[in-house]
Formats: sequence, structure tokens, C-alpha cells
Amino acid sequence: MSVESLFPRLEPLLPKVQKPIQYVGGELNSTVKDWDEASVRWALMYPDAYEIGLPNQGVQILYEILNELPDTMAERTYAVWPDLEALMRSEGVPQFTVDAHRPVRAFDVLGVSFSTELGYTNLLTALDLAGIPLDAVERTDEDPIVLAGGHAAFNPEPIADFIDAAVLGDGEQIAIAISEVIREWKDEGSPGGRDELLMRLASTGGVYVPKFYDVEYHPDGRIMRVVPNRAGVPSRIFKHTVMDLDEWPYPKKPLVPLAETVHERFSVEIFRGCTRGCRFCQAGMITRPVRERSITTVGDMVENGIRESGFNEVGLLSLSSADHSEIGDMAKGLADRYEGTNTSLSLPSTRVDAFNIDLANEFSRNGRRSGLTFAPEGGSERMRKVINKMVTEEDLIRTVTTAYSQGWRQVKLYFMCGLPTEEDVDVLGIADLAKKVIHAGREATGSRDVRCTVSIGGFVPKPHTPFQWAAQCDHETVDRRLRELRDALRGDKEYGRAIGYRYHDGKPSIVEGLLSRGDRRVARVIRAVWEDGGRFDGWSEHFSYERWMNAADKALADEPVDVDWYTVREREEHEVLPWDHLDAGLDREWLWQDWQDAKGDVEVEDCRWTPCYDCGVCPTMGTEIQIGPTGKKLLPLTVV
Amino acid sequence: MRYAKRGRLRFTSHRDISRAVERAVRRADIPVAYSAGFSPHPKISYAGAAPTGVASEAEYLEIGVTRPCDPHRLRADLDASLPPGLDVLDVVEARDSGLADRLEGSTWELRLPGVEPEVAAKAVEAFVTADRVEVERLTKKGLRRFDAREAVLTLAVQEGQGRAAGQEPDRPCVILRMVVRHATPAVRPDDVLTGLRLVAGLAPLSPPEVTRLAQGPLDAATGEPADPFDFDRVGGDR
Repeated sequence: MSVESLFPRLEPLLPKVQKPIQYVGGELNSTVKDWDEASVRWALMYPDAYEIGLPNQGVQILYEILNELPDTMAERTYAVWPDLEALMRSEGVPQFTVDAHRPVRAFDVLGVSFSTELGYTNLLTALDLAGIPLDAVERTDEDPIVLAGGHAAFNPEPIADFIDAAVLGDGEQIAIAISEVIREWKDEGSPGGRDELLMRLASTGGVYVPKFYDVEYHPDGRIMRVVPNRAGVPSRIFKHTVMDLDEWPYPKKPLVPLAETVHERFSVEIFRGCTRGCRFCQAGMITRPVRERSITTVGDMVENGIRESGFNEVGLLSLSSADHSEIGDMAKGLADRYEGTNTSLSLPSTRVDAFNIDLANEFSRNGRRSGLTFAPEGGSERMRKVINKMVTEEDLIRTVTTAYSQGWRQVKLYFMCGLPTEEDVDVLGIADLAKKVIHAGREATGSRDVRCTVSIGGFVPKPHTPFQWAAQCDHETVDRRLRELRDALRGDKEYGRAIGYRYHDGKPSIVEGLLSRGDRRVARVIRAVWEDGGRFDGWSEHFSYERWMNAADKALADEPVDVDWYTVREREEHEVLPWDHLDAGLDREWLWQDWQDAKGDVEVEDCRWTPCYDCGVCPTMGTEIQIGPTGKKLLPLTVV
Repeated sequence: MRYAKRGRLRFTSHRDISRAVERAVRRADIPVAYSAGFSPHPKISYAGAAPTGVASEAEYLEIGVTRPCDPHRLRADLDASLPPGLDVLDVVEARDSGLADRLEGSTWELRLPGVEPEVAAKAVEAFVTADRVEVERLTKKGLRRFDAREAVLTLAVQEGQGRAAGQEPDRPCVILRMVVRHATPAVRPDDVLTGLRLVAGLAPLSPPEVTRLAQGPLDAATGEPADPFDFDRVGGDR
């Protein structure tokens, strides 16, 4: 059965909407395969606007890998803005892929990548527009398997009602394995319908199918236990880890959109994982161990990516890019190769030390030295010990002094507010730090032309981190501290004008907290918000805190729990957490001990350079740290 | 350089096009010149881009190169590097920097779905016999009110009927053709459509499909835009 393109029905709607180009597809390096020749068909969704979703690395990698399989095809779909949503509803146009404008419901799998929980309402819009029942249990064999991935899928419980399955960790190999299971099942004539397909996926141990697990609660609302409700499904589901990044050098053919997007650059992941041990950082905890991509593979990927895309900027991505064992040679080699070509290099996510300024200098050889960004995260030395972000004030001042004296004019500092054990003085300390930064900059340069920007947002405790038990700070306290910090910065006659201040208010963090550590009961809240018109919750102009709170009051009225219970309540050591049956490899006892250490200001070193501290990931997952140096260098490119 | 934006790529904005061209130039290894300074930009300038949603067979840009290039080769290379739908049609070596000034007027085609030919003819008649047709349009500087009539040199219902994209196959559409002088403020096809609605209540059911067919110096004899590259090609005086 072939499917018709929806484009002829979509096209007359496009002149009536904002930025219609985002809906037409046709990106350079996009792939349209013959529908009838594929036996397994994936629709991949990033549940936010095209301009955010298109550059997403995870979706691009899976899109390319799946399309390389001869019997599999993948197309992409994104959240449509409310203006087009309204027209699609009135004209009866269903959710479509941008590649060949096929109806999403016709695919075998709808794979949705959740970088953040704030995309949950957009999932519901897409399902509803696609004609797929919101409740997984109401779906038929005519509906795709709705599969969640991405970091938020490490606690998919709040969307357990809406998804059929979830996958934890690196997607490359498991996406291929899932395709194989579906192909075999279809080749056999789809025996047992979608229930058997889900059973086959669940029994591999690498795919979580929520409906095969029952959650039982204590009368006070806490979870008693989560147990399989049928034979043959594992009691724990493990994350996936790709062990040799050099074997997976994707994206090889980066998507180049016509529409403007948030990242107009070619990005190469130089390593995955991070063992710095920052206690607030979910990404650092769930992506262990560190696996480096070799300097030569990175060099090849950059060369190929520029040629294939025509981008004039290359970003070297990772959770802490300066930590690559050969970052110095990599930076110098790439800067040499692309000197004079109007190709710029960037290195996001760096830590606070002087070595980073050498790297930044290398990357700005022909260009302007405008701004450098550092993330001390905590405002006081005590706070930074609690979160295990080992930066002393002395380090920071020395680093920024070097930066200013080498021609950098602006330093951005990132912080969080509402961290565990935080008091007013920890946040107000940021003002003193920023003043010292400006003072040092003026001394170093002999000029008043130095600036510093303080950027701060509310902290949200995340699953699979040592802070998973912590009480989230209430938004009144966060907002008050942010206001007091603003006044302390602005009110300063000597330095105030040299310090910029950007902050996010505390209310969205509470909703993010509810969704991050929520359980299956939170699904009712998400649904009520969506039914009330909630969309694009990551966008301040669409987000409504009041809508979320009203929906939660009603949806949880018959339960012994409420928003505060999910957010500002500290958990006991042995309370069953909604994600305890989902295994990121981290040893629960180690996480608990690290949480105790946090409260005692005890720091932990990085296991790349010091002995293993038994976080549990490597023995549980059968993985190991993979770092260089390889000793290789990047040779100049030969001009053909 | 003359290029077309066709089909679904008519939904590109001029900013989308400039990014696409810059990347295509890099992929095709065209020796584009860069401006000096801290953030060098490729020397590519765009003359009077058609609005988002409007297709065109006659868009123009100028591109500065660091060494002589064969125009035919450059056309083929850049065309192959651009996405299908952004198609390079003609490239000449510029004699001077006056291309933008030579683009004095445009020929437009407007396909109006679901409009009866007699109704369209009456509306066109009412429009062309009017002295002034005041229209309003929201611009970046706010709501502006201006005359959409004077700049329209010719406007007529075209013989025969066509079909507009995205339309039911059995539903014909009326085709209007017009020549409009470039003026300030620019009179765009949607301003003329607004005018037709104001003078005769003409309102197509779904959005019209608009295409720029030609752009160039207005020929005194025919009243139509001529090829702006004639000046560069023959090397003669204007």
C-alpha cells in the first residue's frame, strides 16, 4: 500500500502561515526513499519548532543511519506552530513528514527525541494531528509504535501513557536492532499484532515498554514497587552505549536547511560522556563512560562536513570539550588547516582554566576576540564544593585576567540558583565575584573597556543524579534571590555598568521539575494542560505557569500528591523512585553516598586521571573509559 | 546572475536565499571575494528580491570574484550546487555596478484559483480605469497608505486558463499578467490584489500563486522589461 504526498493539500495553507519554508523540506542531504521498497519505515520527530529541531544531532544521526539500511527508510517531522496547526485542523491535513510529506500515521515507528521534558505537550499535538490515539493502549495495528528517546527518556514515566516504548542511551545500534526486529515480525506476517511486536522488543531487554509494568503505590502516594505484569519481560531495562565512536562517524551528510535555524554550523561530537562528576548534571551521569573520538577521525569529519554542507562554522561538541586528551593538537591542527578560509571554529562547553584561553586564542586566530564563556555554576566556593564543580575563586580570577589581557573584551559567566543547601549569601556572592572579575580585567588591560555578563537560571534536580533525592528550591525563593542579585549588581556605582545580567525566572523550573521527576500520575497533568491549549512550553511566549498549576490541581485532586510533593519535597534513601527500574549503570548506593558527600562539601575527582570511585557504570554496562592520546597529528590538507 | 525560485522553494525569504547561495558558493569552490574587516562577508548583492511565497523566473544577484571566471562554467557549477528550485539561468560578466538601476520594472503572472474569467475581467477593467487605487500595507515602518494604480503599466486577463498548485485538478483558475514599474514604495503583486478587491470585490478563495516572469529596463516601444544583461553582453551604450 503506497501513501500519497500530503503536499498538494498543505501547499495552499502555506501562504497563510509564518515562515512557510520550514514545512517544505528539500534540505540539502535530505533523503526521500521509495515507500514501497522499504519494509521498515521510521518517522523521526524532534518535538519542537523546526528551527530548534533541524540541527539536533541525535535526529540527524539516526536519520542517516536508518536511511543507509537498504530495507529501512526514515523521514523527519517537527512540531508545527499554532498558526499551521489551526489550518491543518480546519482543512483536515494530518501531521506530515517534511521529507516526502507523508502522513505520520502511515509509518511503522514514530521515534521522538526528547532533549527536554518541555516537549511533552508538543508530542500530544503531533499524535492528535496524526490521528494516532493519545493513549497507547487505544492504538491499533494501523498506528505506529511511538518510541521515545533522548535524555528525558531516562525517566519516561510522565509520558508512559502516551508512548509505546522508550529507549535509553545511545541510539545508533539500538535503532538498527529495532528495525531488524520489526522487519522480521513483518516478514512473518505481523503475527499477534502490535502487542506481540512490543513483546518482542521488550524481551530483548533494551527497549522499555511501559504497559508491561505495573506501578503500585503506598497510601501516602509514594511508589511501593514497579513490577512486570507478564512473563518474559525483564525487571530492569538498561541503557545503550556505543563503544567505538570512530566506527560511527555521523553525520556524514549533514542536513543543510533553507530556513534559518538556531545552530548554523557543522557540529562534530569529539567525545561522549563526562566523568567530571558535577552532581547537578544529568548528561554527565547518564552518558558515562568517556569515549573519545580520535583526532584523525575528527579531522576527517570536519573536512567532509564542510565540503558536504558549505557551512562556514564548525563546532566541536561534547560535555566538556577542552577535556579531550588531544584537544591542543586538534585545535592547532584545525586552525592551521582552515587559516585564511573564512571557516571559523568554536568550542562550546569549556571549563574555567587558562588552558582554555590558549584554545580559544587558537580558534580566533584571524578573527575578533569578542566573548569567552565560563560556567562556575555556583556563586560561592562552598556551593561549588556541593555541586562538585571544582573551581576556586583564585582559578576564576586568574583565568579571566589572562583572557582580558590577551585581548578578550567580554566574559560570560553561567550560574544556577536554587542548588541544594543554597542560602542567600551563596547567590549574592556572584555579585562580588563579578565585581572582582571586572576589577581584575581593568587592572590587566589598563582600560575600562571590559565587560562581564552574569547569566543565571533555576536549578532542576534530575533523575539518575546524586541530586535526584533533593528538594527543589521553590520559585518564590529563587525569584527573590535573583532579584536581590540584580539589585546588588545594578546598584554598584563602580562596576555596575560593566556587568550585564540575564536570568530566567523560577516558575518554568518548577514545571520542568514536575516533569523531570514525575511518575505516571503526571500524565494526567500533561494531558490536561494540552487540552487547555498548552503548546511549546519551552518558549516563554507560549508557556503558562498558571495553566500548569490549574491543570495539576484538577488532575491530581483525587491523589495524595501535588506539585509540591513532586518538586520541593526531599526524598528518603529507600523511597522507590519512578525511574529505579531504568538502569543507567549508576550504582544507587554510590549516588546516595555522593548526595551525602555533597551535603558535607566532600569533592570527588575525575576518574580519567584518578582511581575509579565505583560509580558502577563500567562494570554494570561492560564498558570502559576510552581516551587517547593516539599521538597522531592533523596533517595539512592537500589541495587537489 | 539571473536565477529562478520555483515550486516549493518560492517559500524561501530573501534571507534564506542569501544563506543558501553563500553555502552553495562555498561547496562549489567559487572564488568569491570577501569584504575586509573583523567578520568578512562574501561579496554577493541581491537586487529587489521577490517576496516570500512569490515564485520568480527573473531574480538577480551580483557576485564578486577574486579572479576571472568563465560565466558558463560558473553558471553550471553554482546551479549544480544549489538545491533544485533555486536554479541559475544566466551569468554574464558585469560591465559596471549598475545592474540594480537597470531593473526598472517587472512582469508578473498571478494565478487566481476559483475565479470566473468574466469576474476577473470586470475587476481588471475597474482597476485600470481608476485614476488612483489607494491601498494599505503593514510595512516595517508601520501601516502605509499609497497608490497602487500608477505603477501598474499594463494589467490584463490572459487568454486561456491554467491551474494553480495545490488545487483540485478539475478547478481552473484565471491568469492575470501585468507589468509594474519599480517605485517607492514598491507596488507588489499583493498590493494590486488588494486594489482589485477594493475596486471590484475580487477575492480568490485560496491564495493566488504569483510568479515574476521578467525584470529589466522598461522598453519604450513595447512597454515590457527587456533583458538587463543586454548592456553587459553587447558592450554598447544604453
